Amino acid sequence: MSKLYPGATGDWEAVIGLEIHAQVISEAKLFSGAATAFGAEPNSQVSFVCSAQPGMLPVINEECVRQAVRTGLAMGCKINLRSIFDRKNYFYADLPQGYQISQYKDPIVGEGVVNIDLEDGQTKEIGVERLHLEQDAGKSMHDQHPTMTYVDLNRSGVALMEIVSKPDMRTPEEAAAYFKKIRSIVRYAGTCDGNMEQGSMRADVNVSVRRPGEEFGTRTETKNVNSIRYVTQVVESEIRRQIDLIEDGGTVDQETRLFEVATGTTRPMRSKEEAHDYRYFPDPDLLPLEFSQEFVDKLAEEMPELEDAKKERFIADLHITPYNAGVLTAEKENADYFETLLAAAVEKTGKPVSELGKLVSNWITSDLFGALKKLGKPINESPVSVPHAAELLGLQLEGTISGRIARDVFEIMLETGQGPEEIVEEKGLKQVSDTGEIEKMIDEILAANADKVEEYRGGKDKLFGFFVGQVMKATQGKANPQVVNQLLRPKLDG
Amino acid sequence: MTEFTKLTLADARDGLHKGDFTSRELTEAHLNAIEDASELNCYVTVTADKALEMADQADAMIKAGDAKGVTGIPIGIKDLYCTKGVHSQTCSHILDGFKPEYESTVTSNLWADGAVMLGKTNQDEFAMGSSNENSHYGPVKNPWRATGSDKDTVPGGSSGGSAASVAADISIAATGTDTGGSIRQPASFAGLVGLKPTYGRCSRWGMIAFASSLDQAGPLTKSVRDAAIMIESMAGYDPKDSTSYDTPVPNYEAALGGDVRGLKVGIPKEYRVDGMPEEIEKLWQQGIDWLKDAGAEIVDISLPHTKYALPTYYIVAPAECSSNLARYDGVKYGLRVTGDSLDDMYKKTRAAGFGDEVKRRILIGTYVLSAGYYDAYYLKAQKVRTLIANDFKAAYSKCDVILTPTAPSAAFNLGDKVDDPLAMYLNDVFTVPASLAGLPGISIPAGLSAEGLPLGLQLLGQAFGEEQLLNVADVLETAADFKAKPTKWWGDAS
Amino acid sequence: MSIDKDTVAKIANLARIEVSESELESTVGELNNILDWVEQLGEVNTDGVEAMTSVVETQLPRRQDQVTDGGYRDQVLKNAPQSEHGFFAVPKVIE
Repeated sequence: MSKLYPGATGDWEAVIGLEIHAQVISEAKLFSGAATAFGAEPNSQVSFVCSAQPGMLPVINEECVRQAVRTGLAMGCKINLRSIFDRKNYFYADLPQGYQISQYKDPIVGEGVVNIDLEDGQTKEIGVERLHLEQDAGKSMHDQHPTMTYVDLNRSGVALMEIVSKPDMRTPEEAAAYFKKIRSIVRYAGTCDGNMEQGSMRADVNVSVRRPGEEFGTRTETKNVNSIRYVTQVVESEIRRQIDLIEDGGTVDQETRLFEVATGTTRPMRSKEEAHDYRYFPDPDLLPLEFSQEFVDKLAEEMPELEDAKKERFIADLHITPYNAGVLTAEKENADYFETLLAAAVEKTGKPVSELGKLVSNWITSDLFGALKKLGKPINESPVSVPHAAELLGLQLEGTISGRIARDVFEIMLETGQGPEEIVEEKGLKQVSDTGEIEKMIDEILAANADKVEEYRGGKDKLFGFFVGQVMKATQGKANPQVVNQLLRPKLDG
Repeated sequence: MTEFTKLTLADARDGLHKGDFTSRELTEAHLNAIEDASELNCYVTVTADKALEMADQADAMIKAGDAKGVTGIPIGIKDLYCTKGVHSQTCSHILDGFKPEYESTVTSNLWADGAVMLGKTNQDEFAMGSSNENSHYGPVKNPWRATGSDKDTVPGGSSGGSAASVAADISIAATGTDTGGSIRQPASFAGLVGLKPTYGRCSRWGMIAFASSLDQAGPLTKSVRDAAIMIESMAGYDPKDSTSYDTPVPNYEAALGGDVRGLKVGIPKEYRVDGMPEEIEKLWQQGIDWLKDAGAEIVDISLPHTKYALPTYYIVAPAECSSNLARYDGVKYGLRVTGDSLDDMYKKTRAAGFGDEVKRRILIGTYVLSAGYYDAYYLKAQKVRTLIANDFKAAYSKCDVILTPTAPSAAFNLGDKVDDPLAMYLNDVFTVPASLAGLPGISIPAGLSAEGLPLGLQLLGQAFGEEQLLNVADVLETAADFKAKPTKWWGDAS
Repeated sequence: MSIDKDTVAKIANLARIEVSESELESTVGELNNILDWVEQLGEVNTDGVEAMTSVVETQLPRRQDQVTDGGYRDQVLKNAPQSEHGFFAVPKVIE
């Protein structure tokens, strides 16, 4: 069942666990009133508390507590009504207090399970060990000066959720799928923006190998891996490296490693790796964090719909294909765009969602995604706004324009950003449904092609298409094809 | 002019309110006396200009009818309090040059009420010590000397400069901080009243931390009434300190009713320690008799874990300090000794910046928190601490306050105990248990030793029972009628 | 439990305090004196006793999620031994 890696001496199995650090969405930091916004001038979002000035004390931000609970609920985890903040003691340039306030023995969130979707269509349960709240450190910049490291404390004290998985993953694909799933969960829950480029989400990747069924091997921890693709690369290269190492008679050192983007491999941290002894103990500046079950229940009631539930609802209520439902819910922005557009289309046409769901989902997954792919743009930068898209679909549903014209209008919208009604008006693309006008045109065409009419009546049915084409040509595609069909058939049949 | 420096706070207040003299006159008299007493080394910085400015503001407040108890009163502030733009270095070399950009809550409260800052008082470095011999700025000399002796004695510690300044009449009152006895023991050694309020009564925000779960602000004064006036200004809930307690500050002076009839005073048998000098034992009995004569009921109580309080304290306090003092690393403020790497800079800076006692406690604290020893030392100590707190809870079901000696001896000679840390630690044997339980305590001067040095008695109260505590202390003070003053040997007397 | 020179060197390193070879010797003695003394806590039966987390019997107060602090870089850097271009500056770190 589990994937095995062949080596020179036999098969190996990999054991993978992830510690994901997700930055909490909040205005202010975990224990101070300084701002959390990304990209500010160095040390401009730093208070006396987050720069650890003498005599400064922490006071917890209640929104960070709520966000941690929401995330725990979203992962189906046990919420601990009493948790304790500990100090994790170590020295580093960007750790101004000389300790990080974290949670050690009593985290705010306990065990849970998330389901990951694998490429073969199967799903697998991955255990979540815990989630705890902690402070982020500042940022050290080593490349700004030949002999100095520069320290920016803007991030110092920003709230992080550390989500620790159980060692339940066995392949790079599973590790990537899990990381992706956690990202989806926090983004749907609104607790972390999942922006990996800005460092809002990163993973410490633990990898070890063993003979199938045997005890866990010694693991390495690769720090701060900040993309799903890199997680795959770290796991792949660590599995290969560890197998080769052991088979060559070596042993895996329990060590911290860094990922090198250029080579796609890991290397040990260059700094002297001393045995860490963090000397955790309860932070005496804080009391235990306690809240009631009602507090948790209220947050549970207010939880937004998450990926799995949304996907199921799309399939069941909106009659969307499972494939399309999967595509639309994989990214929160896609689902948001879809649902907003669907609501707009309902309002425009007065038709029920069950009728429109499929049309809207098809349009997004084929027309819109195709166009965005060509443009290389994400959906939140789509040149076609939701109101414009709704207008376009509305025009089509009302019969104002045909499907073919709709595609042309869409092309113009992509180029110019213009609204579809405006385009249709300007270019005179309105569909002709006036039966009198169309009838007159049909009569003219039948008269001009008497020979073809004879052939048709002689049994050459295929010529029907020819006559439709002639009518469409005469109207520059604007004739309503249904009306054309309705009128043409009796006239031809005589 | 010397008259002004002999006044108690209450008398000075009354004179100021009546318009007999101004705060400027009072302040100038103290500034002159400070200059004359420089060899006592009470102050590490004198803020003369600021003092006069504040005095003028206070005089305006009084004129406007906005006077509070401390308005216009010149006081000394322990160096450990952060005072904006002023030397705030907790008498440590590691904070060389540090002038905070913020003001501690306790001093802010005092300034808001119109108190006048004379300067920052000397102390044991980071409040670690019982003799004020651990200051980077040299020891403080106690104005008291044994009868007929010219040997210098210690003023106790860690608030030694504050105590000596009040005893030498170079401040009307002073702020101290008490972690294990650092207000009460120096009060006893210098013939003063020293109040450590309940943990949580005063904000710790802006007080340079030693041991967070124990540190509390309090006053050193010439009388119980003065202590009541000072604490009323210093105390109060502070949302910036998570361990601050949200309860209104009563009018403490109004609690001094002089009536203790029917009150139950507990006498803990475990405080009769081996080797306690007979004169202290006698003084204690005297105190019991005074309270009995005033109508109080004497009750024998037991605090069975008293013996374990000091060892518990010497695990908990160093553990917290080892973490609290990690921020002094040469990066953000204070001393930096350059090294050839970041770690080298840390090690050289901290080796040069901390004195021997501070280093000793950091090392002990680091050890008791380290992997493999946490349970045996730190966790064990925190459990014993629970038992000690429970002892007090049980005792207070039988009595209202507890009477004990403050210290096991009178002031000793400078240099006598510097080479024996353990002997120094034993000074706090009577003060530490209440600190561990977070309870309020007050030392009242009750008599003189055979050598003519002051001795204090300690009253311990219930959590937030400061009113009752002050009331009993007032009765004890009246009965003891301690009028002795040190014979002036410094300055213009020499 | 008695500690030796190696242990003292190890904890001094953890605490980032440089201790010279000659200081090590005396420190071992001092720390052992203190540790021997605190070891009397072993006599106390603490079975089933909760460790003290705080003497304050109240709830942890929580702040609202509002930006109320920061935005004063010059004050934050004012006491720094070395700062450059708005950063704290320390000897170069190699990761």
